[in-house]
Amino acid sequence: MTARTLFEKVWDAHVVAAETADTPAILYVDLHLVHEVTSPQAFSELRERGLKLRRPDRMLATLDHSTPTLPTHADGTRPYANAEAQAQVTQLETNCREFGVELHGWDSADRGIVHVIGPELGATQPGMTIVCGDSHTSTHGAFGALAFGIGTTEVGHVMATQCLLQPKPKTMAIHVDGQLPEGVGAKDLILHIIGNIGVNGGTGHVLEYRGAAIEALSMDERMTVCNMSIEAGARAGLIAPDETTFAWLKGRPKVPHGAAWNAAVARWRELRTDEGARYDHEVRIDAGAVVPTVTYGTHPGMAIAINAPIPAATNAQERRALDYMQSQPGQPMQGTPVDVVFVGSCTNSRLSDLREAARVLQGRHVASGVRMLVVPGSEAVRREAELEGLHQVFLAAGAEWRVPGCSMCIAMNGDLAQPGQLVVSTSNRNFEGRQGKGARTVLASPATAAASAVAGRVADPREYLVEVAA
Amino acid sequence: MKPVTRLHSRTAVLVDENIDTDRIIPARFLTTTTREGLGKLCFNDWRYQADGSANPAFPLNQPAAQGCAILVAGRNFGCGSSREHAPWALLDYGIQAVLCSEIADIFRGNALKNGLLAIVISAAEHRWLLEHPGVELTIDVREQFIALPDGGRVAFQLEPFARHCLLHGVDQLGYLLQHAEAITAYEQKHQELAA
Repeated sequence: MTARTLFEKVWDAHVVAAETADTPAILYVDLHLVHEVTSPQAFSELRERGLKLRRPDRMLATLDHSTPTLPTHADGTRPYANAEAQAQVTQLETNCREFGVELHGWDSADRGIVHVIGPELGATQPGMTIVCGDSHTSTHGAFGALAFGIGTTEVGHVMATQCLLQPKPKTMAIHVDGQLPEGVGAKDLILHIIGNIGVNGGTGHVLEYRGAAIEALSMDERMTVCNMSIEAGARAGLIAPDETTFAWLKGRPKVPHGAAWNAAVARWRELRTDEGARYDHEVRIDAGAVVPTVTYGTHPGMAIAINAPIPAATNAQERRALDYMQSQPGQPMQGTPVDVVFVGSCTNSRLSDLREAARVLQGRHVASGVRMLVVPGSEAVRREAELEGLHQVFLAAGAEWRVPGCSMCIAMNGDLAQPGQLVVSTSNRNFEGRQGKGARTVLASPATAAASAVAGRVADPREYLVEVAA
Repeated sequence: MKPVTRLHSRTAVLVDENIDTDRIIPARFLTTTTREGLGKLCFNDWRYQADGSANPAFPLNQPAAQGCAILVAGRNFGCGSSREHAPWALLDYGIQAVLCSEIADIFRGNALKNGLLAIVISAAEHRWLLEHPGVELTIDVREQFIALPDGGRVAFQLEPFARHCLLHGVDQLGYLLQHAEAITAYEQKHQELAA
């Protein structure tokens, strides 16, 4: 048998009908994740055509994008941004009831951001194909699953047939050698990678992250890395499952148990790129050279070391980006005054992210005039964080501790920044207006975000982490 | 989907690179539960000033850009989210084709499924079109070329299946449903993977 990449193994195992000169492959989907924003039109189409869900048992739905992150009012109503947001949530509740889909709604102890709860529940498993009407579905690639975002038309395809028409993507290996220095994390690494390969460097490709620095990452960190694959234009990012993966998944509600677990792990161990398999492209990154990294422009590829000088614009687009951000070429981002700090999103809202932020905030206070929101990724994360007392650290520091949801990452639930405000954000996109019309976003790690909240300006977290350790 | 065989129009140009889906339609408008009526929100934060009036600096607000159905946009158009609201908004606004040297994957797939011609052209041809807004083009989907005003032709490639679907207005869901037996056979063979 010819040597195959991890991607090819997962792809081959899901081909219902092979690609031909005239038609794309028909690819089977093992898990279809659903949320309120990109599904209503697909449910409507099914209804109009008199179609049923082919495999509702392979679907999992949650409420996350349009949901308020402030608690329920005294009268039991929820503080939705507007009636349309509330109607969208109600629509998903109705659709799930009517079509028989498992929904983690307001009454679920497991509700949360779709890319946080899939793994938490063990619904995400190695070797699966996973789709969702959401581009950050790439997150699930951290488990060795082929996971990618789809449009609403395709959401309808999967609902009705459990399949997608897919041209086969190319492969790109991102070898990350060495190890990340102290005080530098997965978010810094992925921003560094996107800064290197560019915001379109992965277009048409599935990325496989590999090498010693990747193997050393925890599952939370691997999810952070895979999450942002789309920010380099790649639809999916993959990491081969290993003992770290199996240990993390073991015992979760939806994974196999007993003998079936052992059989599954034996199967999952085969999910590695074979010796001698070829990628279409390969990139090498030295983990030891990564430092705290932030963005200075209006797409995630405009990322640099926090203390490096901002490059001069080389074209009209870059000038526009620097003008929008009010970034000064030649100056570092470090020291830029901050208005808002957001810790959350499917990129960085898991327990370890909150611990990282709390480690910086412990015994410190958010600078005067700075607003800081901490939004856990799921009810489970919220529970665990509260058990550890992390919420007390945030509240004592003057930050807001919110109810789980996408919140200020996509800013469609009313959590947003005002025009001109600078937000240091642990989310994934720094596009113009992403966090509110005219708002300026600086993407950063949870540690950098927390350090910046304390300093009132973009700050290097290593200075704060060292002080705590000493 | 209605068949799309030919499109004749003048071009409008947005030279910016990396025009992301948040610029095409800001996320706060995604609370809709239908596909219709998004044209008025297309490029919202770029197109309108704070008081709601048209922003004269937005190129598509120029008189010459009115009625143009072909958009020539800077490299990597449509990057960002998977929201199909982006092509829905463009189509409702009146854009029926996007010509670019690179188009983001998910956006391109979504666009073609809705009959929005998302067509990749070479860097040199792209540069020329960016520099010459308002030229009259004919896009021929069947023969896969763009006819220029001087009679010249620019060839482009569409995936054969995407082209077939555009030309015949094929309903891709209908096509998939025809494979129900193969899907059932696959499911039976892969029972061990069942959740």
